[in-house]
Amino acid sequence: MSSNTALSAGPSPAPRYVEDVIRAAVILTMFWGIAAFTVGVVIAAQLVWPQLSFDSEYLTFGRLRPLHTSAAVFAFGGTALIGTAFHVVQRTCRARLFGGAPLGWFVLLGYQFFIVIAATGYLLGITQSKEYAEPEWYADLWLTIVWVAYLIAYLGTVLKREEPHIYVANWFYLAFIITIAMLHIVNNLAMPVSVVGTKSYGAWSGVQDAMIQWWYGHNAVGFFLTAAFLGMMYYYIPKAANRPVYSYRLSIVHFWSLVFMYIWAGPHHLHYTSLPDWAQTLGMVFSVMLWMPSWGGMINGLMTLSGAWDKLRTDPGLRFSVTAVGFYGMATFEGPVMSIKAVNSLSHYTDWTIGHVHSGALGWVAFIVFGTMYYLVPKMWNRPAMWSTRLIGWHYWIATIGIVLYITAMWVSGIMQGLMWRAYDELGFLQYSFVETVAAMKPFYAIRLLGGLFFLSGGLIMAYNMWRTIRGEPEVAAARPRPALAA
Amino acid sequence: MNLETVNSILTSIWTVWAVLIFAGIVFWAWRPANRKRFEKDAHIPMNDEG
Repeated sequence: MSSNTALSAGPSPAPRYVEDVIRAAVILTMFWGIAAFTVGVVIAAQLVWPQLSFDSEYLTFGRLRPLHTSAAVFAFGGTALIGTAFHVVQRTCRARLFGGAPLGWFVLLGYQFFIVIAATGYLLGITQSKEYAEPEWYADLWLTIVWVAYLIAYLGTVLKREEPHIYVANWFYLAFIITIAMLHIVNNLAMPVSVVGTKSYGAWSGVQDAMIQWWYGHNAVGFFLTAAFLGMMYYYIPKAANRPVYSYRLSIVHFWSLVFMYIWAGPHHLHYTSLPDWAQTLGMVFSVMLWMPSWGGMINGLMTLSGAWDKLRTDPGLRFSVTAVGFYGMATFEGPVMSIKAVNSLSHYTDWTIGHVHSGALGWVAFIVFGTMYYLVPKMWNRPAMWSTRLIGWHYWIATIGIVLYITAMWVSGIMQGLMWRAYDELGFLQYSFVETVAAMKPFYAIRLLGGLFFLSGGLIMAYNMWRTIRGEPEVAAARPRPALAA
Repeated sequence: MNLETVNSILTSIWTVWAVLIFAGIVFWAWRPANRKRFEKDAHIPMNDEG
């Protein structure tokens, strides 16, 4: 291919791209990551020692829990997605961001403002009580404006691209932006009690409300936590491995099958409820069908490394990304299994669900973000590599041990909890009272807390490494990838 | 023909239509004539200097 004219311009070839916004997004991602992991550790500790809420209404589990989920999904994940979307779309379209730096800053900072008003609201007890859609109407309206600006910046860049073909990573990012807009607006339709008050009443009621909420909720998983991060996978793994994706054709089918199927999977959150049986079965069938495209995508990501597996030994950043794809495969196998009604009757409302979510959130989402950041930081600040490759390795192992502790504890705890709930004695009475199940889970809560502490420590190591890289003093010993171990 | 019948016919047509479109996409992706262009498209991230 004709190499870019900018190539001869020296080490800093891209004033034509908007990059300050991306650099800010990288730092904010790290900040929100540490915040989300810390709040997670705090609420995990509260489940072991309930007195840790200190009898303060602001520190109750009920208020901190949405703070944790929103910080993890929307602040950490969302900021990473905005930054990387702007990076990927400019690079693969070879075009400057539409709207330039001003629109880019508006999207990034407008989104940060949304996070801050939503998060402070939770602590004050302001919530719609819809899971993952807790922010009230004023925050929702603001997010809608920011999100439309995001779409305009992204789509505008795609439309003015120099590259004739729209690279597949852009399809995933676009599907994410468009679908989230649709889900957000429909699920949050509400009538405020007063324009100066925070309280509103939702437009939906009864089982329709439940179905719309989980149509929203599951597609937030499907399009925010899956499709968008797959866009990340399809750009950054080929870049870090320096080889094209294993099969571009498979990536096309991967994309369209996810788009055609994901939207139907939501009812599996409402098994054995007043939702009509046919809708529950529909949700289950589509969830099981999703297993195939998910694994197609996993194979595509992993096989991109084929012939270059040695890079996993020398590049721990890439190891994060590839392990993330492995967790993607594991979580997308576990999900369909749990959506089967018979399994769901055991797993639903137990800790098994929490374990499943975290194998996706820590293993897939956070790991693909870490891998991407370890690639992006040296690129964006013009450094030869991260300050310390060894610290990336430490982060990798500490975080992996943390995840393993977390999800195994939740599997055991969740299955035990489900079995205790359904156990009968010989006279047909329930064998255990609810509080006995809670007492039985306590050791596993402690193990989960330990796993969370490991994961948080890894994040702190990463933040330190990132800070040293950005500060950019001449690197000491560790910067070059292991001269002593090579050969 | 009342609305419920129309709705049920449209739902069936929609399902068939969606399946056909998807089959068309799969055909397009694996059509031998498209092999070369997709191999080239896969290299788009590599073409950029950064």
